[in-house]
Amino acid sequence: MGLLYALFFFLWWAVMHVIVIHRFGFSWQTALIDSTINNTLLLILSFAMVMALHYYTPSRSKSLMLFGWSIILSMACAVLSKLVLSKIYEGDNAYVVICHKSFLIRFCIAFLMIGWVMLFSWITNTMKSKQESEARKTDAEKLLREAELTGLRQQLQPHFLFNSLNSISALAGSKPEEARKMIQQLSDFLRGTLKKDDQQMLSLQEELKHLQLYLDIEKVRFGHRLSTEINANEQSMSLLLPPLLLQPIVENAIKFGLYDTTGDVTIQITTKTENSDLLISITNPFDIETAQPKGTGFGLKSVQRRLYLLFFRNDLLQTNINQNLFTTTVIIPQQPSAANT
Amino acid sequence: MIKSVIIDDEPLARSIVKEYLQEDAEIEVMQECGDGFEGVKAIMQHKPDVVFLDIQMPKITGFEMLELIDFPISVIFTTAYDEYAIKAFEAHAVDYLLKPFSKERFNKALKKWKEQHNTTDTKSNTTSLLEDGQKQPEEQSRVVVKNGSNIKIIPVGDIHYIEAYDDYVKIFTKDGYSLKKKTMNYFEQTFNAQQFVRVHRSYILQIQQITKIETLEKDSHIALLKTGVKIPLSKTGYVKLKAVLGL
Repeated sequence: MGLLYALFFFLWWAVMHVIVIHRFGFSWQTALIDSTINNTLLLILSFAMVMALHYYTPSRSKSLMLFGWSIILSMACAVLSKLVLSKIYEGDNAYVVICHKSFLIRFCIAFLMIGWVMLFSWITNTMKSKQESEARKTDAEKLLREAELTGLRQQLQPHFLFNSLNSISALAGSKPEEARKMIQQLSDFLRGTLKKDDQQMLSLQEELKHLQLYLDIEKVRFGHRLSTEINANEQSMSLLLPPLLLQPIVENAIKFGLYDTTGDVTIQITTKTENSDLLISITNPFDIETAQPKGTGFGLKSVQRRLYLLFFRNDLLQTNINQNLFTTTVIIPQQPSAANT
Repeated sequence: MIKSVIIDDEPLARSIVKEYLQEDAEIEVMQECGDGFEGVKAIMQHKPDVVFLDIQMPKITGFEMLELIDFPISVIFTTAYDEYAIKAFEAHAVDYLLKPFSKERFNKALKKWKEQHNTTDTKSNTTSLLEDGQKQPEEQSRVVVKNGSNIKIIPVGDIHYIEAYDDYVKIFTKDGYSLKKKTMNYFEQTFNAQQFVRVHRSYILQIQQITKIETLEKDSHIALLKTGVKIPLSKTGYVKLKAVLGL
């Protein structure tokens, strides 16, 4: 587009050149040849300038050099056209005089043209490289964020896997049918964990289905000690949340519940809608006396970080202690645009 | 007959150990326990020859449970965590089985135990299970003690001071003291040095408990605690205390 404009201005200037020479009393033919030769040279030299700048953009401190280039090229243009034109019209004295007298004007105009082309392409180049580096930066940031999100999502505890395999190993001897069932559950759970993509929000219903697999496996491991209560509000089932967000919270709740008390443990999961946002609470019993004063464990910290990266908010994860119950509440905003920005 | 006890919080994990043990007519499982509290009772009662012990268990870990037992026992750890292996072998474990383990691997551990059991006196190789189990001390956040049949978990912050008492130490809290078979050096190394100071050969103090340091005569100082207890400070102890307090 810029090139077309430039060509248009060149053409316009070439026409003006013809008219001016004709007004000095020369024939249209002479005026046309003069303009063609002079302006073709100008065009070629300007193009050379653009090409040079395309391959080498001087830094701000060296921009004075460009000024020098413009003077040299303009001088070349004026000298060359004078030589060529006086050669063609060797006998025509009136023309040769004009040709000599117009040398300074030709130089000044050539300088104006080349200088303008130079400035134009220098600015375009600088802007372009700036844009490119900015785009690279955003790309790098985006990649980093995605990598971090992937990392946060895939913090599946290897102990969970090894302990589950140990349970399967135990069942294989005494209850092979149950072992087979548990292998199925574990496979479904792992498959679900591996293929999830952060960009795609899931409905609560799907997420709870996945969570149920996890809970079923844990129930086989811990036997009667562990039970769960899921109170999911009908409306909230279709609301969206990032995949695998709840699993680390539930994992944390189970760990706290089972390792902090010796009795039976009930994990409660309650969902509801509030101000059109999705609210999920996960409650586990714990012993306030002996709980390690670590505050939110690593599991919860990574959930918080993930929520921040997805929604740019730090207030979406809350924990609350009420007597011997520890409750973690997550709020999932439901504006879909927020998740994609 | 060889007496064994299985301690693991997961029923299926216990059942696989039991299943593997059934092959061996010599070994009898005296009791299965779901946590360290039951574990301590079972060990006291049965005095087993070998204990199969999980590490991550409710309330107290397998290591903490071992600290509560006053006599030497042989331990084979069974856990899904590989990061405790060094600590386990420092505690002179017979073997360390990573879950899930095969029958071959399990039998190898048993064989190892039998070899150790037959050739050397178990006492000599397992007494150290209770001693210097901490070559690389990591900071402790709680201490598990046993008063009679009661097991108590004391958060480190609740400890006022520790006093040497023969082979034991007395750990003083607001509820009096508890005995534990550990050395003063052990506590000096595993407690946060900014919080606890060894002020005397026989005393480690929590600095928040100090209200006043009194000079009795030249080079003789005592620390007055909030509870009114007076603790003598040795010469070097006094210097160390001043350094920590920034005096």
